[in-house]
Amino acid sequence: MAAVLHHFANPARFLKIARPATPIFLWAGLAMVAVALAWGLFMAPKDYLQGESVRILYIHVPSAWLGLAGYSTLAIASAVALVWRHPLAEVAARAVAPVGATFAALCLITGSLWGRPTWGTYWVWDARLTSMLVMFFLYLAYIGLASAYERPERGGKAASILALVGAINLPIVKYSVEWWNTLHQGTSVSLAGSSVDPSMLWPLLLSATGFTCLFAAIVLMRMRALLAGVKLRARAARLAGAAA
Amino acid sequence: MFLTLVGRDLGQAWGRAGQAWLPLAFFLLAASLFPFAIGPDRPVLERVAPGALWTAALFAAVLPIPTLFEPDRADGTLDQLAVRGLAFETVAAARMLAHWLAFALPLLLATPVAGALLGLSAEALPRTLAALAVGTPGLAALAVMAGALTAGAREAGALAPLIVLPLAVPILIFGAGWAGDTGPGAAKWLGAASLLLVALGPLAAGAALRAGQD
Repeated sequence: MAAVLHHFANPARFLKIARPATPIFLWAGLAMVAVALAWGLFMAPKDYLQGESVRILYIHVPSAWLGLAGYSTLAIASAVALVWRHPLAEVAARAVAPVGATFAALCLITGSLWGRPTWGTYWVWDARLTSMLVMFFLYLAYIGLASAYERPERGGKAASILALVGAINLPIVKYSVEWWNTLHQGTSVSLAGSSVDPSMLWPLLLSATGFTCLFAAIVLMRMRALLAGVKLRARAARLAGAAA
Repeated sequence: MFLTLVGRDLGQAWGRAGQAWLPLAFFLLAASLFPFAIGPDRPVLERVAPGALWTAALFAAVLPIPTLFEPDRADGTLDQLAVRGLAFETVAAARMLAHWLAFALPLLLATPVAGALLGLSAEALPRTLAALAVGTPGLAALAVMAGALTAGAREAGALAPLIVLPLAVPILIFGAGWAGDTGPGAAKWLGAASLLLVALGPLAAGAALRAGQD
C-alpha cells in the first residue's frame, strides 16, 4: 500500500499517466452520458405511479452517488495527506471538493424538482435530505477553508482535518433511510441486487458509469491545473530570487 | 498546569474590557428578535421557544471564535506553550473548558429571562435548561475546533460559522427535541452527540494548531 502510494508521490510520474487518461475518461464519459440520457429520457418506460417525472432519476441517482463518493474520496485523500504527507493526496482533495459539491448540489436540485409533483413539495426535512444538505455545506466549508490562508499548505492541512471530522456525516447520509422512517425511499440498487426493473436499471447504470468517468476527467484536469499552478509559483519565486 | 491554563483563558475572556457580556447580550437580543420576526402570538411563540433559544445559543457560541486562538497565535503565546512541552491537545482542552464556562454558564443563567421573553412554558423551562447544560459542551468543542482551524486565516469570522453550523445540526435537532415531543430519546442522542464532540474537538483542534506551527 505504502509502496504504491510512494510510487505516485512523484508528480511527474502521475502526470505521465494523467495526461493520456484525461481525454479517455472525458470522451468515454460524454458518450456514455449522451447514450444513457437519450435512453432514459426517451426510450425507457415511464413509471406506472410517477409517470414521466421518474426520468429525472437518471441524473438524480448518479449525482447522489457521486456526491457521496466525492466526499469519501475527499476524506480518504485528506487522511493520506495528513498521515503520510503525500504531496499528491492534498492536490487530489482540493481537486475533488468543488466537483463533489457540484454533484451534491445537482442531487439536491433534481431531487427537489422531482419532489414537487411526486411528494407535493420541493423540500421536506427528512433525515436523508437533511444529511445530504449538511454534506453540501461541509463541502463549502472545506473549499472556503482550503483557500483561506496566505500559505496554501496551511489551508490544505486545516481543510484536511475538517474533511476528516465531517466524514462522520457519511454513514448518516448512507443509512439515514434505514435508521429513520424517512419520506425518501430506501435503497433499491446495491451490490447485492436491485429492485429496479431491468428496463430502467440498465440506462441508470450506464448513466452512473458515464457521470463517474466525467467526474474522473474533471478531477484529473483540476489536479493538472493545480500542479501547474504550484510549478508556476515555484518558478516565479526562483526568478524573483535570481533577480534579487 | 491544565487548571492554570483554564484560569488564564477565563481571565482573558472575562477580563477583556467590554467583551465578557457580549455573547450574553447577543443571546438575549437574538432571543428577543423572534417575537418581532414571528409576531407576539403567544401559542406560536411557545411552540418555537426551545428552538429559538437553541438557535440563539448556537450564535452565542460562534460569536467569540475569532478570539479563541488567534490572539495567542499572533503574539507567540502558542509557541511559548509548545516550547514548554505542552501538547496542543491539552491547550485546546483547556480552551474548550474555559470557553464553555465563559459562554454557557451565563447563558444558562439568562435562559429563564430569555424564556420569559419567548413565552416558554413553566414545564418546558427545566427541560430546556437540562438540554442546554448537556448540549453546550458539544457546541464549545465545535467552537474550539473552528477557532483552531481558522487561526490566522483570512475571513476567519465568516469561515468559522460555515464550519460550526453544519456540524452542530445534530446538537440543534436533539437539543430542541428534548423540550419538544420526542423527549427521552432525544435526550440520549443529545448526550451521545455532545460527548462525541467533546472527545473529538480537542484532538482536531490540537492537530490544527500543530499544522499552524510549521
